Amino acid sequence: MSTSTVSTTINGDAVQFACPTDESLLDAIRNRVGLTGVKEGCGTGDCGACSITMDGRLVCSCLVLGVEANGRAIETVEGMADGDQLHPLQEKFIEHAALQCGICTPGFLIAARVLLERNPDPTEKEIRYALAGNLCRCTGYDKIVRAVQAAAKEMRKASKKRTRK
Amino acid sequence: MRQDTKFTNQNFRVIGSRVNRPDGMDKVTGRARYGADYDAPGQLVGLFLRSPHAHARIVSMDISRAEKLAGVKAIITADDLPDLTNGNREMLDILENSMARGRALYDGHAVAAVAASDVKTARKALKLIKVEYEQLPHVTDVDEAMQPDAPVIHDWIFTQGVNPTPKKPSNVCNRTEMGHGDVDAGFARAAHIIEKSYKTEQTHQGYIEPHACVASMGPDGSGELWVTTQGHFAYRNVCAELLGLDIAKLKVTSSEIGGGFGGKTHVWAEPIALALSRKANRPVKVVMTRDEVFRATGPASSTSIDVKIGVTKKGRIIAASAELRYADGAFPGPWAILGAMTSFACYDLKNVKTVGYDVICNRPKVAAYRAPSAPMAAFAIESTVDLAAAAVGMDAVDFRIKNAAKKGTLSSYGVTYGPIGIGPTLDAAKNHPHMKAKLKKNQGRGMACGFWFNFGGQTCSTINIAADGTVNLSVGTIDVGGSRASLSLIAAEELGIPYEHVKASVADTASLGHNDMTDGSRGTFSSGMATIVAARRAIEVMKERAAAMWDIPVDKVDWKDGHAVAKGKKNSKLAPLSLKEIAENSPNTGGPIAGHNEFVADGAGVSFASHLCDVEVDPETGATRIVRYTVIQDAGKAIHPDYVEGQFQGGAAQGIGWALNEEYIYGEDGRLQNPGFLDYRIPVCSDLPFIDTQILEIPNPDHPYGVRGVGETSIVPPLAAIGNAISNAVGLRMTHVPMSPPRILAALEAGE
Ligand code: FES
Ligand code: FES
Repeated sequence: MSTSTVSTTINGDAVQFACPTDESLLDAIRNRVGLTGVKEGCGTGDCGACSITMDGRLVCSCLVLGVEANGRAIETVEGMADGDQLHPLQEKFIEHAALQCGICTPGFLIAARVLLERNPDPTEKEIRYALAGNLCRCTGYDKIVRAVQAAAKEMRKASKKRTRK
Repeated sequence: MRQDTKFTNQNFRVIGSRVNRPDGMDKVTGRARYGADYDAPGQLVGLFLRSPHAHARIVSMDISRAEKLAGVKAIITADDLPDLTNGNREMLDILENSMARGRALYDGHAVAAVAASDVKTARKALKLIKVEYEQLPHVTDVDEAMQPDAPVIHDWIFTQGVNPTPKKPSNVCNRTEMGHGDVDAGFARAAHIIEKSYKTEQTHQGYIEPHACVASMGPDGSGELWVTTQGHFAYRNVCAELLGLDIAKLKVTSSEIGGGFGGKTHVWAEPIALALSRKANRPVKVVMTRDEVFRATGPASSTSIDVKIGVTKKGRIIAASAELRYADGAFPGPWAILGAMTSFACYDLKNVKTVGYDVICNRPKVAAYRAPSAPMAAFAIESTVDLAAAAVGMDAVDFRIKNAAKKGTLSSYGVTYGPIGIGPTLDAAKNHPHMKAKLKKNQGRGMACGFWFNFGGQTCSTINIAADGTVNLSVGTIDVGGSRASLSLIAAEELGIPYEHVKASVADTASLGHNDMTDGSRGTFSSGMATIVAARRAIEVMKERAAAMWDIPVDKVDWKDGHAVAKGKKNSKLAPLSLKEIAENSPNTGGPIAGHNEFVADGAGVSFASHLCDVEVDPETGATRIVRYTVIQDAGKAIHPDYVEGQFQGGAAQGIGWALNEEYIYGEDGRLQNPGFLDYRIPVCSDLPFIDTQILEIPNPDHPYGVRGVGETSIVPPLAAIGNAISNAVGLRMTHVPMSPPRILAALEAGE
């Protein structure tokens, strides 16, 4: 299997790495770029722990090849905070105790952010279906859904303020 | 040293508040490091070769071609692992479970391991290892394994607990019996007798983080292990014994843990990773795949249970008995014993008897799974209790209230209860608004109770006061779900300082004395107790330092709200000294200030829960939807209510998955057919409603704050609560878990 050089953008930074053409983007991000916030729970697209966005689209990075990242914009959990300002979802996850072990948290945060970008005021049902590709074994999802609801509310308030200004 | 840990009913300043957890920031930013998130310089990749057969003799193994492959640095087979266990069969089982010794005992059993410079080379090497197997007859079903003509898996197993011990080996490794009174006489006086048999399939803990470690061993017999575990001290002791190392020379550092639920209380790949590292003289990293996690680690027992309950006309249980058969997998375990102990623990019974059989079969060695063995027993018992209530025309809750255990009850497993929470949880259930909610077509309501012992065990914590008055709390129990927050609250409470001034960490095995694992719901209970005592000892030191600063006798110094206070008229002019001031002066008053505590925590305090559940059954598909779910449980004292609720909700969700979907499916060939999250389906977000919780606080008399363990009981009632709800929805008594759509559909069709 040959090796390919990949030029991509990760969390706004230009990144280059070389990887075998059959290596998953998950492995490339973790082992070559060194961003280990992206987790592997299954490697088969069933758990969502490896969720990232590629050009704004939510994907399981274990199902994407490293070479496919060439020329794309990748976002991972490490890029969610704005400097020392946590994303409202990150804040609400802490405040609402939406994590126990926390291994699923990066994936949930990314998936929830994509949801709220598309639908700033989702119903409980919409949240549950949008997050159905992410497994959490610790929480029973209760506090995760509440944290997403609280973040959505806060983000709506903030955007109202912005538009009023 | 004996220490006073009696409940004192004090008023709390910070205990019970919902503070942000200290590790939250790292976990929402991706910075937290789990098992697979660590690398050592020069590390190799370790991979395992596993048996594709359920039961096979390893006739020969040829590793020569693999060894010659460039980049392969070490290969380990059983030949590299001499038996150093000195006749301790339990330890030898652990070694043999890590690596087959002449026989593969289940599909997925490791037979060899390779360390190579990269993953591709390691994979290639596995393919070059030639194993010749002779397939042997296998058995995976617990009832079949007990038959006289079943293939006997171990020739060294002679049923324990029967007199005389049988002369022939069998798959039944243990028979256990407990109870009191005379059940036969009781049944003879019963107005109604209900008898029913049940089966439950095997489930996995399903933690999202696979097992992972980095092992590093030098030729000098010293080593380090970075690992995701619920008990790094236990891992250290076991690995050291199996590999012939000095315990103190193996330093184990626990990573953040991505879920365990009992499944990370046992070593699997770790001794082998260390052996590979020792052989290669390089660090070795092993990360399991999900397939390996399912095939070779974890699962809980599959079971087969018969229950008999006799009731009087007035609705008193007059006799109760159960026979419980638990599959232990390839090696013996205590699983049926625990099932037999917990079976009738919720009830006040004059005549009770339980008999448990632990049974060997060709499945992975069973590991603890949250209140291990209790959910299956509760499914059988609580389903039958509903039938008994119906037989006397009583409401299911009222019937349980009438028969519930209370203070002074001699429990079915031989302990006489102190103050307990079963009655209060039932009363709360009866009065809960959930009970009055309207049900729609095809919907039904069910309830069930659950019990778990909780454990204490060996514990050791240290408090170090920094020069600026902030505090390091070092504990040795792994934080599986927020215990660093609860333990920081406890330290802050005792010392009288803000929660934010405490930094709690899990110390590595070289930095603290032995701690048992985080199992048995013991993390916050026992480390909390050790933290209280350690803090009180640090306060004693600070009182001495204050006395020195004031130049007064130490018996004239009190500690109040984070300050040393001088007692007596003579000293009334001395302004209180804050912890910070005392800390700042410590270099001049005797050096660093610390408090330490090591002990065996006793009196964990049993825990009870009652669950309410509404389901809707789709008669077309047999699918069951959870419409509403309520958990009511006694926590003794909730240190951090968010994480107590989290334990209630998480356990309920696991129980719901167990009840409705999750099961290991073995083919005729004895191979596991669904080793992945696609086909072993755990509940997802859209499967569940919000899970309501009600925390009751019936203080544990043997803990200063009244704390009881809270982590496990919540998984016990759901199987039965859902079974009872399904019965009330569509009139079907389901006796086989999971109550999956095909099983419900088949039952519906059979009923028509
Ligand atoms: S690791 Fe990608 S979905 Fe599980
Ligand atoms: S918090 Fe542990 S898997 Fe979600």
